[in-house]
Amino acid sequence: MKNLRQHLNVIGVVVLTVVIVALGAVEVFRPLGIRFSDLTGRIVTMDTMIRIGILTIVLVGLNLLMGYAGQISLGQAGFYALGAYASGILSTLAVRYKILIGIADSWWWPWLSIIAGMVVTGVFAYLVGKPILRLKGNYLAMATLGLGVIIYILGGQFPEITGGYDGLTGVPRLSIGSSFTLWPMERYYFLVWGVAIVVIIVALNIVNSRIGRALRAIHTSEVAANTSGVDTDSYKVQALVVSAMFASLAGSLYAHFQSAVSPNPFSFRASVELVVMAAVGGLSSIWGAPFGVGIIFVIRDLIRSRLEDIFHVRGGEYELIIYGLILVVIMIFMPEGLTTGLTKALRRTGRRTVQQLSRAGAATSDSSRTSAS
Amino acid sequence: MNEAILKTVDLRKEFGGVVAVMDVSFEAEKEEILAIIGPNGAGKTTLFNLISGVHSLTGGEVYFKGQRLNGLKPHIIASLGIARTFQNVQLFGNMTVLENVMVGRHHRSSYGLLAAALRLPRAWAEEQEIMAKAREYLSMVGLAGRADLNALSLPFGQQRMLEIARAMATEPEILLLDEPGAGLNRLEKEELTRLIEQIRQGSVTVLLVEHDMEFVMGIADRIIVLDYGEKIAEGTPAEVQNNPRVIAAYLGEEDVAFLRP
Repeated sequence: MKNLRQHLNVIGVVVLTVVIVALGAVEVFRPLGIRFSDLTGRIVTMDTMIRIGILTIVLVGLNLLMGYAGQISLGQAGFYALGAYASGILSTLAVRYKILIGIADSWWWPWLSIIAGMVVTGVFAYLVGKPILRLKGNYLAMATLGLGVIIYILGGQFPEITGGYDGLTGVPRLSIGSSFTLWPMERYYFLVWGVAIVVIIVALNIVNSRIGRALRAIHTSEVAANTSGVDTDSYKVQALVVSAMFASLAGSLYAHFQSAVSPNPFSFRASVELVVMAAVGGLSSIWGAPFGVGIIFVIRDLIRSRLEDIFHVRGGEYELIIYGLILVVIMIFMPEGLTTGLTKALRRTGRRTVQQLSRAGAATSDSSRTSAS
Repeated sequence: MNEAILKTVDLRKEFGGVVAVMDVSFEAEKEEILAIIGPNGAGKTTLFNLISGVHSLTGGEVYFKGQRLNGLKPHIIASLGIARTFQNVQLFGNMTVLENVMVGRHHRSSYGLLAAALRLPRAWAEEQEIMAKAREYLSMVGLAGRADLNALSLPFGQQRMLEIARAMATEPEILLLDEPGAGLNRLEKEELTRLIEQIRQGSVTVLLVEHDMEFVMGIADRIIVLDYGEKIAEGTPAEVQNNPRVIAAYLGEEDVAFLRP
């Protein structure tokens, strides 16, 4: 059965890659003048797909932390912000401060900044994680919430460095070599989703290893994990560091996507939205991450574009109400999230079909027996 | 005479004003089966928690093969060679039967986050080893055929067996069993008795907390009796049975019948 799960994971990665490449190819080659957004009735655009990809990277990390290690984080947007600001500040050094000319404006500098951002965020998560992860449940939630808010506020301070609440602009696009720029969107889409797929593969590898087992053990019974030889404190911190580094990576990609960085997208509300996406997608599987992000975005875009047609009302408040109602309905009928809910439903229909078939088979063999005698 | 593999000296545990364990001293000999009995609330599970590092000691010392265990974290104590099961079975419900036992192999393997993330050959090789060893321990408790079922889907008696398999997978020298017979029927208890004997044959010292006196009398080499956190008697089953302090402690309890056959 373990092999079945591994095979499904491989199939999932392959299918995802094929779908992503196909959709991207449509946008690049525009067969018969069709663009990607036409395929979705102008509801989902390339812009949305890139955002989904970026947030998937954050969510895979959050899934590892909350779904597998069982540690809640209401401040994940803080790590996301650290990555965005690291990339934003470092890659605009040459332009804003006129230093490191020739180095800080070369094509490889932003890539280095992304890695530097991940390292800094990882170290920060390690230092903060050791004390914070001694807390449990609501206390941990409050501590991570506070952490996220602190980072958000810091982002708005020191306008010389961070650009204050208006943020900084002029973040360059990423390029490979001095001539191949990863822009316009069709190209950036492939970079973002390439990274997302690699992150998914790495997360799946971790989950199916002794590390993944240790995390799942910690989630269910920390005392049993400890007395079975698992250093629970260390693994909780490792899960936090990994999730923070993924969030930082996503933040950097976001900075180069927006070409600007400001504190707004990294507020407490953003952290809550991440947790909502994780819950809707399903916390017990890494696949819950892309699904969760995708579903939320599609719902939001659907509401935005079809609200008037269906409900004959217009405006942000109605969007919010409908959106909230949909979330509540999903959590009522599939409290474990979509991926778990759907797999359970599929298994049920599969079992029912097998039952019906065997019942039908028994009925026919009965009738043939009686007629024979 | 075998040397003491486990020694406690004046073990004490206080929770606020309550003294759960009061200056308990005893020794466990290598490869013996030592039972710890006493009325409810006598401090038996707390004693196990102190030895396995789950609770910090308020006073006293614990020595394992001469090494002082005071202040060591539970996972370190586990890796040194003391494993345990729990009164209310603590299985990992989000994993299969086999995976539960594989967690027991955790400290006998070493590959880390990077090797796991990149699926290095070293990680793969260790995984095969972990899986193979885990299957061995599953076979020992008779659950080999149920390896891929979810752990909580097992009937209760088998869940207890699974917990023992997981504890044994850590390759301990001492096994602490906390009421392993609770909730088992007579047949299952016979199986459990055989398993504990088999474990002792494998050079493991077994300490068990139990309430079923018939079961305890049938398997224990020696018995320690606790009452209100204090050790009130120690000796062979026959000696303990006739100890007036022990009889007095159990008066009013349902098990008092065992004392006078």
